Amino acid sequence: MEDLKATPLREHHEGLKALMAPFGGWLMPIQYAGILAEHKWCREKAALFDICHMGEFLFQGDIVADGLDSVFTFSVQTIPVGRSRYGFLLNERGGVIDDLIVFRLAEDQVMIVVNAATIDNDFAVIRSRLKEGANLTDISERTGKLDLQGPLAREVLVEHFGPEIGTIPFFKFIKTSILGVEALVSRTGYTGELGYEIFIPAHKVVELWEHLLKDPRVAPAGLGARDLLRLEVGYSLYGSDLDENTTPLAAGLASFVNLDKEFVGKKALLEEQQRGAERVKVAFKVNSRRSPRHHYEIWQEDAAVGTVTSGAFSPMLGCGIGLGFVKPGASALGTKISIRHERVEMEAEVVELPFFTGGSLRA
Amino acid sequence: MSMYFTKEHEWVKIDGNQATVGISAHAAHELGDITFVELPQVGKTVKQFDTLAGIESVKAASDIYAPVSGKVVAVNNKLEDAPELVNESAEEDGWICRLEVANAGDVSALMDAAAYAEYLKGLE
Repeated sequence: MEDLKATPLREHHEGLKALMAPFGGWLMPIQYAGILAEHKWCREKAALFDICHMGEFLFQGDIVADGLDSVFTFSVQTIPVGRSRYGFLLNERGGVIDDLIVFRLAEDQVMIVVNAATIDNDFAVIRSRLKEGANLTDISERTGKLDLQGPLAREVLVEHFGPEIGTIPFFKFIKTSILGVEALVSRTGYTGELGYEIFIPAHKVVELWEHLLKDPRVAPAGLGARDLLRLEVGYSLYGSDLDENTTPLAAGLASFVNLDKEFVGKKALLEEQQRGAERVKVAFKVNSRRSPRHHYEIWQEDAAVGTVTSGAFSPMLGCGIGLGFVKPGASALGTKISIRHERVEMEAEVVELPFFTGGSLRA
Repeated sequence: MSMYFTKEHEWVKIDGNQATVGISAHAAHELGDITFVELPQVGKTVKQFDTLAGIESVKAASDIYAPVSGKVVAVNNKLEDAPELVNESAEEDGWICRLEVANAGDVSALMDAAAYAEYLKGLE
């Protein structure tokens, strides 16, 4: 078995009797009390996630002159200081090397937050696209990250760490003092709820985790609940719904691509736009409690038309939900499809995203 | 009434010619939160160890095999809206169906509770 990395909280997860499993090269908590209980806690209260496995890079320099502005599908130079932006790092074919968020820390400083499994490759690719000698540092090791997500997340953080956190609008962040050190608190997340991502020096993660868990409104949640929460609001998971052979256009994520600027992969996207995508993303609802799963087939009448990339039983909707890719003819809203795997067959219908709209995200 | 288990973690309670079937508490725990139970058709006949029903959890989809041969005479309809009963009470309220036993000798291929407990130890 490959060597798995562990976050500073590994022993704490084991102490909480978490089920631990490999994820993106890391040994991570999948569940504590149970996926459905943790999902419910996040939708109703405030769930705490250990996200220390994700990667962070720090860029220091002239964003335009050093070439950073043409690395991603969006402009970095136009992000106001104190704001963040979501988008993609693409290959020459327009395929997604990673989806990521860029935080504009200062006029000449940004933090790039990437997925755990892709840290090393992302760093090499970004570096190769910058001017020689540009200042890009992988700060993943020394950076801890905890997410507090749920309708009570704001009142919890304000009570513990001061009123300034309560003023952060969606997709903005502040630097503030938490437990005596400087932390970056961002109003972003992966759950569809009001929530925050807290970046703090790795050596303070255990203290922050223990501090927040003493609050009765806060409970730990694992990657199982996180996956269900993100699917209910239709967010893509890199490695399942996005990969190097999938373009953001096919994945229905064109709004995070700025075709008015230069970036690697743009030529391929323009060509794809011209000839039309060969497969497109669909969201679908199953007419029972059955769960579609990754790799199940999507059929329309008597023809296989695509593949499921993510699926689950949605507690909020009370039925199975999923994401997948199909031939363009099967993607219109309302299209009746069936999901098949071995002896299992479930009837489904193509629907709009998000599946679940009742979250506190913008509260 | 005697209770037996299969290597695939089904249980069966035999009472005369009636057999009540479910999945073991161990299996329910391993599956995690159960979100769907595919109940068999009443009247369906199955041979021992054939696919009888299906069960889905937040983690996986699995088949449930018939611990004995027989005909399905009843199903636990409560599971349609409350599959979590299998997590809460796998070996009582979370029963899946009742079979009319075709061959009383089938139980010789099953484990009793003590043998199943030993079997679980071997899986650890």
